[in-house]
Parts: sequence; C-alpha cells; structure tokens
Amino acid sequence: MTTIYARRKATNAMMMGLCVGAAAVGLAWLALILGALLYKGLAGLNLAVFTEMTPPPGSAGGLLNAIYGSVIVSVIAMLIGTPIGILAGTYMAEYGRFSKLTMIVRFINDILLSAPSIIIGLFVYELIVRPMGHFSGLAGSVALAILVIPVVVRTTEDMLSLVPNALREAGTAIGAPRWIVIRSVGYRAAMSGIVTGVLLAVARISGETAPLLFTALNNQFWSSNLNAPIASLPVTIFQFALSPYQEWQQLAWTGALIITLTVLTLSIIARSLTGRKEGH
Amino acid sequence: MVSLEKVAPQNVSDRSKIEIKNLNFYYGETKALKNISMVLPERSVTAFIGPSGCGKSTLLRVLNRIYELYPKQRADGEVLVDGKNILDRDQDLNLLRTKVGMVFQKPTPFPMSIYENIAFGVRLYEQVSKSEMDERVEAALRRAALWNEVKDKLHSGGTSLSGGQQQRLCIARTVAVKPEIILLDEPASALDPLSTAKIEELIDELRAEYTIVIVTHNMQQAARVSRQTAFMYLGELVEFDETAKIFTSPREKRTQDYVTGRFG
Repeated sequence: MTTIYARRKATNAMMMGLCVGAAAVGLAWLALILGALLYKGLAGLNLAVFTEMTPPPGSAGGLLNAIYGSVIVSVIAMLIGTPIGILAGTYMAEYGRFSKLTMIVRFINDILLSAPSIIIGLFVYELIVRPMGHFSGLAGSVALAILVIPVVVRTTEDMLSLVPNALREAGTAIGAPRWIVIRSVGYRAAMSGIVTGVLLAVARISGETAPLLFTALNNQFWSSNLNAPIASLPVTIFQFALSPYQEWQQLAWTGALIITLTVLTLSIIARSLTGRKEGH
Repeated sequence: MVSLEKVAPQNVSDRSKIEIKNLNFYYGETKALKNISMVLPERSVTAFIGPSGCGKSTLLRVLNRIYELYPKQRADGEVLVDGKNILDRDQDLNLLRTKVGMVFQKPTPFPMSIYENIAFGVRLYEQVSKSEMDERVEAALRRAALWNEVKDKLHSGGTSLSGGQQQRLCIARTVAVKPEIILLDEPASALDPLSTAKIEELIDELRAEYTIVIVTHNMQQAARVSRQTAFMYLGELVEFDETAKIFTSPREKRTQDYVTGRFG
C-alpha cells in the first residue's frame, strides 16, 4: 500500500510541476508584452497626446482626433448593438426557451461570435460603403455593432438562463405578467452578468482594426462628421507603427498603451461586478 | 399554556371552494393525473400526501395553472373555483394567480429588498399611496409572523434572511396580494425543525381566512395541520377524507400501508 501511495505522491508532484511550469510560460509572455508596452508607451505619454491632433510626418503631435473618433464610433456601435443583443438574448432565454428558432439563432450567433472581424469589415463595406460611395464613421459603427451583438446575445442568454426557474415561477405565482417577471425578477437577478457582457463587448471592439479599415478608414484631421472618414486609435496605431517616422512610432506605442489600459479598466470593472454578485 | 384562539371553535364553513371534476394531466405523452375528482371546502386546510411522483405537486400546480409556463404540459377536465372553471381558455391567468397564491418548496425571495418583495406584488394590481403601502407591508409581515424580526432592516435584501425567514417572507408576499386560496408546495421541507414549527403555526392561523392546500412528504405534518387529507398514488386519488380518518381508520389498504410506513 505504501508503494502505491508513494508513487501517487510522486506523480502528483510531477504533474503539479508541469502545470505550474505551463502557467509560468503563458504568463511570462503576457508580462513581457505588458512590460514592453508600459516601457515604450509611458515614454510618450504626456498632455499633448490628449490635446493635439495627429501630426504630419516628422513633427510632434497627439492623438486627440483618433481618441475622439474611437470613442464616438464605439459609443454608437454600443447604442446599436446592445439593445439588439439584449433583446435577442432575452427572447432566447425567456420567450423562446423551448423553440426551434432559439436553437438556430444560438448556432448562428456562435458562428458570428468567432467570425474573423475582417469579414465583418468587408461585409459592411459591401453593404454601406459601396452604395454610399465613400467611407464613413457610421459604417465603422455598424461594423463594430455587428461584433458587439453576438457577445451581448451570448452573455444575456447565459445570465438569464442561470436565473432559477423557481424565481420565475414565484413571480408568475403572485400574478405578474411575463414581461414584468422578466423585467423585475429576471433582469434584476442577472443584472451584473448582463452589464459584464456589455463591458466585455466594449473591450472586444476597442482594439478592432480590420473592420474599421474597410469602413471608417482614417482621418489625419479633426472630424466629428459621421458621414465622412473618421480617425480611430487602432487604425492610427496600425498606420503609425508601420511608418518609418520616429514620432509616429512613439505615438503608436502610446496609443496602444491607452487602449490596453482602457480594456484593463473595463475588465476590472466587469470582474468586480460579477465578484460582488458571487460574494453576496 | 393553551392559547385561547385554539380552544375557540374554528371558523370553518362547509361551503366548497374548489371542485375538481375528472381532471387528467399530461406531461407530453405521459399521463400524470388520472381522472381526479374531489371537493375542497372553503377556509380549511387540505393536505395532499403520497410517495414521490404520485402527482400531488402536479395537482397543486393545476390549481393556479402555473404549469402553463412549460410547453407540452396540459390538463383536461374541470377545476371549478367558486363555481367557475379555471381551465377555460378565456380564464385570465394573471388574475387567477392573484386569487390563488402559491408558496414553493425552496424559499424564493425576489432579488430586491424585504419591503420591495412585498410591495412588488401589491403594486401589480393596486394603486396605493406610500403610507398605505407601508401599512400593507407591515400587515403582511405581521401576518407571516416576521415583522418583529425584520422591522429594522426592511430595506436590506430579501436574500439576507435565513431560510425560514425567507419562507415566511414568501408567505407574507403571497398574503399581501389578498388571495383567497393559498397553495403550499412542501413549504417546510427545506427548513430546520424550528422554522418548520413556525410555518405550521402560521398555517394554523391563516386557515381562518384562507382556503389552504398543502403538499407534504411529512405525514406528521399533514396530521398536524390539515382538516382533510388526500392520499395519492401513481397519479390516482386513492382516498380523500377527514385527516383523522385517513390516519386512524382508512378505507383503502394502500392508504393504510402508506400512513403506517409500510411503503413509500
């Protein structure tokens, strides 16, 4: 018996070592990337980044128009995508729980969830940019909204499905119509999860470059016209990082740092929302 | 000490409240209730007993048509509440459920404050002022013998209460909408003995005003709280009689075997 036990302990120690090793290798790359980003990005982080426009090659400037463009395009994308996503998720988890349509929608949604974003960009290019004859911020928003929808649909459905049936029955049993049960009991119980899904969708789109290349394109100057090409952080980073100009490369690093910190902040907020729910 | 209330004659009428006629129930192809007929008197406690899967919860769930939440579940026959067939297609389900309240096995406080848990149901069909609502909430909580325990934390979450308190909150929430019938689906099976005793005491007090139907696995509980008991087995109503008779001199052998613990 002791030999069996000793062997088991040795196996355990070995497997544990392998697991820790694998985790360390994975984390090391992440740490290196973040370290490089912080080191290079912080060097160029100053007030001018947030107050000046993207400069012509060879001179100093900031990222104001790109940051503004990113924010406005993302906000509109969220305004389009979030209601559609939440309503679809609600249908799937509540009204259409047992319907065939739900299974079909879920299947298609899963495909959409993993669709390469460049395909979405091309799709919107054909759908909006070509008929309109020019690139536009609005087309960028639509492309990003298509990326938002599957994320929000999935989390909304999952979170509502986690609400115990007993709660639905209890709401129904005191005479509440279905929509009130969904609104006052379902949404309330699933709130933090749904909000987390929305925040993750924001995180997902804030770094997307490919769909914007085909839709919003870019703009070297300040523009708030959604019917015209508009600058965005990811596309600006893409352009500046590939350029031979030292100032542009520095701005690309700084822009990358800003996006990363934004996503990190959103993830932390999302985490704390779900964490609070579990802690309760 | 014997309380005066319990010695005094009970406010029992023999007017029938619920009449079930030739009720069949199906889960898809499976027939779960077979030709059930029975009459439940007003303002008294009726217990449904029987082994797991006998259909007692199913029968209870027909009485407020909560089964309609799920597809492929259907009932045929008649269930008359105050003479009106609630299985009729034109029966408004939400209004039916304000008249026939239900408390479940697992306590199910809504994800809101203790106060809101009760106000929520009241607000559905009544417009009441803030002060009136305060009164309604207090009255409901007193009715469920919970007021003294929660009066200082009405605005903390319903889930912060203990299991027994949560169950009494659910009873308070149910009585707050002024139903006439209260269905209790194993209301104490997830609770400790002390909380169970409190729930049973509560049922004893509520029976003067409400027609109560309770499903229970606990035969002592049925014997303690009910005036009449129905024994069900494999989807059939085997015997329905006064509780004392069911437990001491049942007509059917199957009933006898079950209540003496020979099976089930």
